[in-house]
Amino acid sequence: MSAEAIYFDHNATTALDSRVLEAMLPHLRNQQGNPTSRHSFGRAARQAIDLAREQVAAAVGAHPSQVTFTSGGTEANNMAIKGIAATHTPSQVIVSATEHPAVSRPAQSLLGRGWKMAKAGVGDDGRIDLNALATLLQQKTALVSVMTANNETGVLQDIPAIAELAHRYGSLLHTDAVQALGKIELDFNALGANAMSLSGHKINGPQGVGALILDKRVDLQPLLEGGGQEKGLRSGTENIAAIVGFGLACELAKRELARHAERISVLRKQFEAGLAELGATVFGQDAARLPNTSFFALPNIEGETLVMALDRQGYAVASGSACSSDSIEPSHVLLAMGVAPEIARGAVRVSLGARNTAAEVESLLQTLKNEQLRMKRMAAVAV
Amino acid sequence: MTVKTPIYLDYSATTPVDQRVADKMIPYLTEFFGNPASRSHSFGWTAEKAVENAREQVAALVNADPKEIVWTSGATESNNLAIKGAAHFYAGSKGKHIITVATEHKAVIDPVRELERQGFEATFLEPEPNGLVDLEKFKAALRPDTVLASVMFVNNEIGVIQDIEAIGNLCRANGTIFHVDAAQATGKVDIDLEKLPVDLMSFSAHKTYGPKGIGALYVRRKPRVRLEAQMHGGGHERGFRSGTLPTHQIVGMGEAFAIAKAEMALENARIKRLRDKLWAGLSEIEEVYLNGDLERRVPHNLNVSFNFVEGESLIMAVKDIAVSSGSACTSASLEPSYVLRALGRSDELAHSSIRFSIGRTTTEEEIDYTIALLKAKIGKLRELSPLWEMYQDGIDLNSVQWAAH
Repeated sequence: MSAEAIYFDHNATTALDSRVLEAMLPHLRNQQGNPTSRHSFGRAARQAIDLAREQVAAAVGAHPSQVTFTSGGTEANNMAIKGIAATHTPSQVIVSATEHPAVSRPAQSLLGRGWKMAKAGVGDDGRIDLNALATLLQQKTALVSVMTANNETGVLQDIPAIAELAHRYGSLLHTDAVQALGKIELDFNALGANAMSLSGHKINGPQGVGALILDKRVDLQPLLEGGGQEKGLRSGTENIAAIVGFGLACELAKRELARHAERISVLRKQFEAGLAELGATVFGQDAARLPNTSFFALPNIEGETLVMALDRQGYAVASGSACSSDSIEPSHVLLAMGVAPEIARGAVRVSLGARNTAAEVESLLQTLKNEQLRMKRMAAVAV
Repeated sequence: MTVKTPIYLDYSATTPVDQRVADKMIPYLTEFFGNPASRSHSFGWTAEKAVENAREQVAALVNADPKEIVWTSGATESNNLAIKGAAHFYAGSKGKHIITVATEHKAVIDPVRELERQGFEATFLEPEPNGLVDLEKFKAALRPDTVLASVMFVNNEIGVIQDIEAIGNLCRANGTIFHVDAAQATGKVDIDLEKLPVDLMSFSAHKTYGPKGIGALYVRRKPRVRLEAQMHGGGHERGFRSGTLPTHQIVGMGEAFAIAKAEMALENARIKRLRDKLWAGLSEIEEVYLNGDLERRVPHNLNVSFNFVEGESLIMAVKDIAVSSGSACTSASLEPSYVLRALGRSDELAHSSIRFSIGRTTTEEEIDYTIALLKAKIGKLRELSPLWEMYQDGIDLNSVQWAAH
């Protein structure tokens, strides 16, 4: 990659915080020990994990005993959805129409096993329609899964209201909070969800680690069986270095949230003011959103084309979510919001991070402006 | 003697990350931090290239095609994916009977038990007293509806090496999918998947000087083996296993396996000398029993039962060495090792067993120290043991009527 490339894709993954790296290095370089082993090496590993568990719990207002470490957000989602389904007689599972595939696909995988799946629609602002959800809940429903913040648009859902609604109908609520952690306040109890998925690498922690926060009244069948680690909920030797890194990343995220969110909001405001001058549409702009995300389209420019052009000039942005960027289908999130496919195809996501600066945002805007002019000229020649 | 205690002799529980491996990983934690699934910029492409390079390194150690390697979070996940994934995919066409061995790791036993709860039928073969599977008994256990067999390459507690080729041939002839847990085998025995009739094989990085939290599943392409995915989402790993790939860990596993390939011949010869020395020293103590076959065994492992010593006090007495009594994954419980029980060992001998596992950084001085320590401590413990006294007096302990109290 070019040395001067500027990274604007923090919803895909983030760079590791240097303090987190420092905390991880001893566990990569010096420590040896399987946390399950009873000798001193094993006990040292166990203590490191216990501390990380407290840090993760504190970041989301949960009790350490509610934290189960996983290999990442996808596993936490699979564990919640399939694990809860396995302890219930088949009925219905409801997911929002804008979920990440790591929620919608596990829900779909239940279909062959006597389950039904329903998608709760969203309004043109990307927010879930509570009346429509209530209608779906008339059917017996074991589980509802609605993300706290959308990975593409950054739109926030009203999780406390959705939890109350789900509970009123005797359903459990899971929320994928992978994109929300570190960007907005998260309090597991205040949200009212029964299960919540988190990931390390979206908050300047390492890849390969996440957690499921679980209301302990919920009976859950493990996804991975074996040595009985994580109180039998998740077998497999613990990924100590990554868990330690995730713990510290959570602590830092909590401590620095207010300052971080404020700084990022200022940058985003600057960016979207510039976008308005270019005539861009910002999707979900009027809804409550994460402070760092702008999902937008410039008129008459294909998103893929723009992303490639930006990459050549040293700006890393995304079109749609990274996980599905193999395909050129328009974003399912935008289609669910009622955006016309031809407009949705123009969508580009800029997600800001801790290291971005006002100068970088300004230069991105200038580049977008130049690209827009260049394309207009090319279009004129083509005519 | 100048050895630093505690001495680590628990390399089968986990190994330290090789410094060369850590050095390769760190740049992918810092400057090359991209998501390998990001297709729209060079941060993603750089990460993806590193992931594919590591896939080649892992494939090279076991002579497989890189396309046959699927990344997972570790051997436990690989085993769960292989066993549940294959059983579910083929149950409809082949049947619902599974064969495995009573001495498998929990990460195989427990997924099989879960399948039993779902209506599958399982045979848990008892091994011979030396820990090996009898081929005739395996053959007799195969049925027309045997959809899957799972047999570990190298046992984690006693280090014995199963005859994977012969067992695989029996499975092939029966149309049974054959899975092998090779978590304890990489870098210790030669693995050639071009030749071995194995359909699915599980690997772990942290038993071979790589990082924790990363593993792989080999999924044969010719003839093609199919699986029902267990982790759904973004469709990574060609749909076999969704979830953002942890680039630095994958890079670490690749490097660890490349080092194993380059160095295993020399390293294993050195480790075998140390292990043989350890056994020569320990077998000078009276009433010690080697668990598992000595010949068909990886050089890293020695599992010994010390008769007339109480298990817990033995572990307390040898605090200067970090060893396992039973597998690390079950050592939080005080149940005697089910592996040793399956070999026909009494509860007492199973309880008073120690697994010594030797590794890359073990020195001759550490082995000498360990021998001297065991000799001294076993002697002390036996001085306190009324059973040892009775044994010395020639009383047959099996004939003693114990009073309940």
